Amino acid sequence: MIKNISNLGDAALYCDFGTEVNKEINRNVINYFNNLRDSNFLGITNITPSYNKLVISFDLKLTSFAKLKKQVENLELKKNNNSKNNLIKIPVCCAEEFALDIKRLQKLLKINEAKIYETFFSKNYYCYMTGFIAGMPFLGDMDKSLFAKRLETPRVKVPKNSIGITEQFCNIYTFESPGGWNIIGKTPVDIFDNKKNTEPNLINPGDTISFYPISKLEYEKKYE
Amino acid sequence: MNKNYFEVLRPGINSTFQDNGRNNFYHIGIPFSGAMDNRNFLLANTISNNEINNPVVEFAYQGPKLKYIGENISISITGDVNFKIIRKNKNLEFSCYENIILENNDCLDILSTNRSVYGYLSIGGTFEVDYYLNSCSTNTKAKIGANSGEKLKKGQIIHLKNIKKILPKNKIEYLNSKIENIRIIKGPHFDYFSKDAIDSFFSDEFNVTKLSDRMGIRLKGPKISNIKNTNIKSEGLVKGVIQITADGDPIIMLSDHGTIGGYPKIGVVISADYDKLVQIPPGSKIKFKEINLKDAETIFKLYEMETQNLISNIK
Repeated sequence: MIKNISNLGDAALYCDFGTEVNKEINRNVINYFNNLRDSNFLGITNITPSYNKLVISFDLKLTSFAKLKKQVENLELKKNNNSKNNLIKIPVCCAEEFALDIKRLQKLLKINEAKIYETFFSKNYYCYMTGFIAGMPFLGDMDKSLFAKRLETPRVKVPKNSIGITEQFCNIYTFESPGGWNIIGKTPVDIFDNKKNTEPNLINPGDTISFYPISKLEYEKKYE
Repeated sequence: MNKNYFEVLRPGINSTFQDNGRNNFYHIGIPFSGAMDNRNFLLANTISNNEINNPVVEFAYQGPKLKYIGENISISITGDVNFKIIRKNKNLEFSCYENIILENNDCLDILSTNRSVYGYLSIGGTFEVDYYLNSCSTNTKAKIGANSGEKLKKGQIIHLKNIKKILPKNKIEYLNSKIENIRIIKGPHFDYFSKDAIDSFFSDEFNVTKLSDRMGIRLKGPKISNIKNTNIKSEGLVKGVIQITADGDPIIMLSDHGTIGGYPKIGVVISADYDKLVQIPPGSKIKFKEINLKDAETIFKLYEMETQNLISNIK
């Protein structure tokens, strides 16, 4: 539950659910997020769930910190509506030209390539949050044997649709963007479709992701 | 009906279509966007007798040069802007904050913003633009909004619709006041910084660097040293948040900011200072001043009353 609500400036609430990163805390955050989305409290402009915080920004012309804080504190939580959360399967091609950091990882983790991929594909991953750039999902948790630091010098351009891993998390670069995660493959699926006017993002906070390997040939087929 | 359009002869440095912004998509990584200086955006639309959320062209530093083809149309420009209209080889001078009549074959040349950053062009009518998630605001990073999410380009045609009958003269006297002292409220990670760091944060000057755009303002000044951790678990950001990077430099998040961030937040700029903050050009010096929430709310009420007053003086 919310441990503390403070103000983030004069037009946002900063709801603290704790300091750890785990599914239980994050499910609480997302439960509040879903309930607040249905609440229609006056003046809310954005709600941002993350690992263990929820930031609610509002229009200072319509409401205030004190008013909205009281409403959030008194919010009656409906049971978590899990039907909103899906299992999504994402194909990944691990061809050499897409797996930009696999050699670095073998050295760093002292595990061979085959074992890295076997471990990576054997788990399902939970979406803690999406954001930073449009639609980018932050997924976890990685198997401990794959915990790896970020690149010392981030890449100026990580190719769109790259799969990256760092520490306990993995993500998908929804746009070409700067980034420092270890790139292990690429998906032919667009995670964020900027032509779609409703639900442009494939993955939402609370969803479960299962990655599966595809060959270069299948990758090219899907890309067509 | 007649075809009315602008041809872009020169796009300017960063000219985009904007409106009031896009609500309720932070959770999928889509920032608020919208006009950076909301007051000047509202004034531009009010002078042109438009709905308050009508699209405008926002420009930065150097604006676009536009050739107009069509029936007479009212336009207005807000901000602290140098511009002229070239009509039959003659240069005509006008002021900001009034509606001006543009004739067929006129050329509107928006030369520069004066010791500020953003200016706005509205028309008595509507730019024909695409909407995405309830807003036409252009976000060039996610490539969404009007103009396929891109800045204006040389040679492109901007179609206009719903051209209004020429309006009676609307004019206000308005001076864009500048600020050097930015008022902020303490952020959630205030205790990540040493007492000395906090002292110099509030007493020293910071330079606004060239690495500033619609996403954020990067500052250089004394290093703000961290005594806990230079990273936090990534969490939600809002407009005006001041993050301190691992290098000890402050970054102020602006309207196109990444929706989540992993640097500690030392403070948040108060809402009433946001419009003025975004207008501070690179090369300027700024200082931070701490105030409490109650004062920030009162100052915002006054700022909002002032804006409404300006608007009702036009109507």
